[in-house]
Amino acid sequence: MNLYTFASPVTFYHLAGKLIPWFTWSAILLTVVGLYLSFFVAPTDFQQSEAYRIIFIHVPAAWMSMFIYLVMAFWGAIGLAFNTRLSFMMARALAPTGAIFTFIALWTGAWWGKPMWGAWWVWDARLTSELILLFLYVGIIALWAAIDDIKRGDRAGALLTLIGAINIPIIYFSVKWWNTLHQGASISLTKAPSMAKIMLIGMLVMAIAAWFYTIAVALVRVRGIILERERQSEWVKEILERET
Amino acid sequence: MHRFILAVLRRDLTLAARRRGDWLIAQFFFVMVASLFPLGVGPEPEMLARIGPGVLWVAATLASLLSLSRLFADDHHDGSLEHMVLSPEPTVLLVLGKSLAHWLIYCIPLLIIAPVLGIQFNLPWDAILVLEISLLLGTPILSLLGGVGAALTLGLRGGGVLLTLLILPLYVPALIFGAGAVDGVMAGTGAQAHLSLLGAFMVLSLMIAPWIAAAALRVSLE
Amino acid sequence: MTSDTLLLSVHNLACARGERTLFKAMNFSVGAGELLLVQGGNGQGKTSLLRLLTGLARPEEGEVRWRGQPIQKNREAFHAEMIYLGHANGVKDDLNPVENLRFAEGLQGRAFEEERAVAILRRLGLSRCLDLPCRVLSFGQRRRVALSALLLADAGLWILDEPLTGLDVHAVALMEGLIRDHLAAGGLCVATTHQALNLEGVKVQRLLVGNVAIPELV
Repeated sequence: MNLYTFASPVTFYHLAGKLIPWFTWSAILLTVVGLYLSFFVAPTDFQQSEAYRIIFIHVPAAWMSMFIYLVMAFWGAIGLAFNTRLSFMMARALAPTGAIFTFIALWTGAWWGKPMWGAWWVWDARLTSELILLFLYVGIIALWAAIDDIKRGDRAGALLTLIGAINIPIIYFSVKWWNTLHQGASISLTKAPSMAKIMLIGMLVMAIAAWFYTIAVALVRVRGIILERERQSEWVKEILERET
Repeated sequence: MHRFILAVLRRDLTLAARRRGDWLIAQFFFVMVASLFPLGVGPEPEMLARIGPGVLWVAATLASLLSLSRLFADDHHDGSLEHMVLSPEPTVLLVLGKSLAHWLIYCIPLLIIAPVLGIQFNLPWDAILVLEISLLLGTPILSLLGGVGAALTLGLRGGGVLLTLLILPLYVPALIFGAGAVDGVMAGTGAQAHLSLLGAFMVLSLMIAPWIAAAALRVSLE
Repeated sequence: MTSDTLLLSVHNLACARGERTLFKAMNFSVGAGELLLVQGGNGQGKTSLLRLLTGLARPEEGEVRWRGQPIQKNREAFHAEMIYLGHANGVKDDLNPVENLRFAEGLQGRAFEEERAVAILRRLGLSRCLDLPCRVLSFGQRRRVALSALLLADAGLWILDEPLTGLDVHAVALMEGLIRDHLAAGGLCVATTHQALNLEGVKVQRLLVGNVAIPELV
């Protein structure tokens, strides 16, 4: 048994089936713990009062939105280099979750921004980059949707993800540069004055919960993709017969 | 190597010269979009000068995007694209040649029209000069990145709109540095930093985009 | 097998379109002076096979070799010796036949010999159309322009997808002559066609593509 065994859709299908409950339950447990810490244990911030508590959702979502994109780029690169079917499926399974986290990060950012800055939206470097990241996710998903041929769609999506991944740091840097020129340093998201330890722990727990959730959802989706793509093969027919 | 690029270039330029209609449409589009803004926001000269650099940059971007979806589509349609890809020469050079041709055909005329529009927007002469330099450095990026988009969306239904969706986010840095350079010279902070970054982004696109576009072209033709 | 024998061979080739397997475990080889006629009904994968042979498409399994080397690893050398004529002619409507040939040669990285090109166009019965844009030519005439590019390229391996489509009786006879000459000169040809070809004295292999069992024709 080598690594290649796990890369075969059949093995991975069953492996994923075993893993999904673990990740799901861990995610639920951690979310409950994280939310409890964030809303009941963590103290009220003396500057931002209760409104700051949105960061327990906002920050993990923003982290995941970027992290998932990088993971997609990684799977895309692996798929292009070694022609492994499973890595393309992983990329496809991750994209919707990444887009959702990006959307959540933007939405909660606006909610946080209203009490903080008095505006739903400011053209801050991070918010703007996040918005462009959402455009990139939407573009990739739209490209997959437009291409009927699976193989072509996989590769085209991977190439687009890669050029986006090269571009993201440049976009972030350029937006930041543009932002400082136009608005000065009046707004800074980076100031986190003496964040209490318990706040940090709450945020980390939420981040790990988001991570496990992502893995669980991606595995469920990848199982669906495997079944769809391999529906001509014998082992899938067996499964379908057993379940109907 | 350069002989092949020249062959591609000469071919596309000849074809463009035979079909001047397509070429003129993009230029008129540029003029029209730019002219709509004063009608929308009002004719105050100070306001126009403030929004001018950004408006002209966005309009130039859209005008050259308009033609990008046909970068490979026409050749794909009549089968000559397959012949070109089956040439013993590397596909990267083919993409490079075609991007260069696109830039010469669609972007150089924009550079010629831009000063006139700059005057309409009440830009000072030094700002117009910087606008020209920034367009000169920035429009090749669009042709290069657009090559990737055109290759990825080759032969798809609604490919033109999709291409726009894929490419515009990637193009943001060029827009920021380009329009920022003109803003900078008008605000008295100088344009050099912006122009250097724009140049760096152009060089980076030149080194990376053709490879990805070539790979995308092979994927799309499969 | 030495690498300088002119040989196109296919090893354990499989091809799928979408979910449908068009063929698998296909093996054959074509040597100098041989014609491989690919036959089969519509949608059975004739064109897909040809595109695999050119290297435009990548096989699901197996590989295509030219002179004993996998074509993916030796792309440039292979494409220098191969020419493909697909369903589309690759003829630009806005250019006249001579210009079309000039650009076609330039894109293959070869120097253009105008006299030779004109001679070939005349031989294919296009002497009256030399300075007309291809837009005004008939379908068959445009096909002839594409065939001229084929002759001008002087490649060892021809891969032709339905070369006779749209050609009249004279042109079909001409085409048969061209293939015969090409093979006699030691060339190879892989072609699909629905029409019967008169190819006396030519070594012909027939390959049936389809879901039915593939006869081995090595």
